[in-house]
Amino acid sequence: MIIINREDFPILNKDLIYFDNGATTLKPKCVIDAMNDYYYNYGANIHRGDYKISLEASNAYEEVRNKVARFINAKSANEIVFTSGATDSLNKIVFGFMKNYLDENDEVLLTKSEHASNVLPWLELAKIKNIKIKYIPLNQQHELTIEKVKESINKNTKVISIAAITNVVGDVRDINKISKIAHENNIILVVDGAQSVPHMKTDVIKDDIDFLAFSAHKMLGPTGVGVLYGKTKYLEKMAPIEFGGGMNQYFEVDGEVEYKSIPTRFEAGTPPISEVIGLGKALDYLESIGMDKIYNYEKELKHYLINKLKKNPKIILYNESSESGILAFNLEGIFSQDTAIYLDHYNICLRAGNHCAKILKDEINIKNTCRISLYFYNTKEEIDKLVEILEKSDDLYKIIL
Amino acid sequence: MDSELKREIIVDNYQNPYHKGLKNQPDYIKANTNNESCIDNIDIELKIEDGKIIDANFDGEACAISTSATSIFLRKIIGKTIEEVKELINNYENLINEKDYDENKLGELMAYDTIYLQPNRKTCALLPVNTIEKILLQMEEEKNWK
Ligand SMILES: Cc1ncc(COP(=O)(O)O)c(C=O)c1O
Repeated sequence: MIIINREDFPILNKDLIYFDNGATTLKPKCVIDAMNDYYYNYGANIHRGDYKISLEASNAYEEVRNKVARFINAKSANEIVFTSGATDSLNKIVFGFMKNYLDENDEVLLTKSEHASNVLPWLELAKIKNIKIKYIPLNQQHELTIEKVKESINKNTKVISIAAITNVVGDVRDINKISKIAHENNIILVVDGAQSVPHMKTDVIKDDIDFLAFSAHKMLGPTGVGVLYGKTKYLEKMAPIEFGGGMNQYFEVDGEVEYKSIPTRFEAGTPPISEVIGLGKALDYLESIGMDKIYNYEKELKHYLINKLKKNPKIILYNESSESGILAFNLEGIFSQDTAIYLDHYNICLRAGNHCAKILKDEINIKNTCRISLYFYNTKEEIDKLVEILEKSDDLYKIIL
Repeated sequence: MDSELKREIIVDNYQNPYHKGLKNQPDYIKANTNNESCIDNIDIELKIEDGKIIDANFDGEACAISTSATSIFLRKIIGKTIEEVKELINNYENLINEKDYDENKLGELMAYDTIYLQPNRKTCALLPVNTIEKILLQMEEEKNWK
């Protein structure tokens, strides 16, 4: 059991039950304060001023790079690129690195439970380069198994790009094993950490991850900032896909140009400074609790939730077995959005829809589900309330119509 | 219309919708909702002859409000001329958007007369008409080509 101070989250002081943490998480006051502090007290641009508050802003910004590196156990802060989010990170990996790295007939392995952000960039790349995108088959529970990873690899496989935790099925992939298999076969492993980095300990060295993408807003931080981690040897070979101020050493009218070294080379233009500072505070907050504690508590909450929901015969569960805080369900005979609107009536927030995993419908034969995604500030009492309201849902249409 | 009756009309048309199932024949014109703000996904097809709706069907997955509104709407427009359908659409849009409307023309569609109280559900109620409008536009474009 985690003892958190719910007052740390101003929004929770309202009568609100928030179960949509997979979409974005709530923000603790310390994160908001840190961002305000920048704007109130040293809101200058970074990397250029010759005056004190600009230096202060630069230092605060770069200090977060160090923090992120420590948080995911990267070898060096130079391996941390600030982006606008996981989507941006994945696009930079695909179009900045893979576009040059991959050759004709090379194959990329994905799964059908990936988020759009880890599918569409690859499909776009396949349009302009003659590469093949393949999907590793999932098991009955729509989870990825090591056997299927092994079976899907052939001599043309050059990349495996998968989420460590998927955003609808919520299965926790064994990145450590997959990475070993990948590297034995000279395959680069790209990990979409959008749903894993906020919820469990991430160690890019232990798991030997080549590229990692995640977003600050799904881990207590602000929107508009994310992280791209890449091993130095790969970042050195990655090309910037955005060009402008801040990332060049010098340039001439004739087009001669030299770019800065990594990671600054990938951060063209004025970055989201206050957001990066907010991310730094979010990391402090998460570390003060401990990622292992967070992970175990969420698993405990999910088991509690499942056991309770199972007693309700009207509820269809889609991913009971997955070991994360994500649960997809439907009320029998009710469209997911109607269920969400019913729950909203009681100030319970959850998400209905296909959750940006549009090809998952081929797998589970159902397009739309309600999704509960838990975080450490959720409680058993909140789950009890949800369960109770779902139990008395016979009057659902009376409430929503 | 009292709220009990309204609810009954909506739920009946949701659980047992009329004209569900597409015929997909070449003499039908089809359009998809493609609503960006929600997850409803409905295809509607119309068969139009001599300026009249001869047949209308739909299929797809959507919430109670948009499914029921589609069911009621399709039932109502079969046999009507395009002009009449446009007038009905106009009336119905006015109802949803709190403007003046002719109650007598709307019939069962009056079940949606308080949707404006839930602004986020207006798009659900308007889903069938937007899709029908798309089909009519498509038809007019095709005519201009010929
Ligand atoms: C698994 C996964 N990958 C990527 C993303 C994209 O994150 P963002 O929208 O912050 O770029 C999400 C967000 O929902 C996600 O769940």
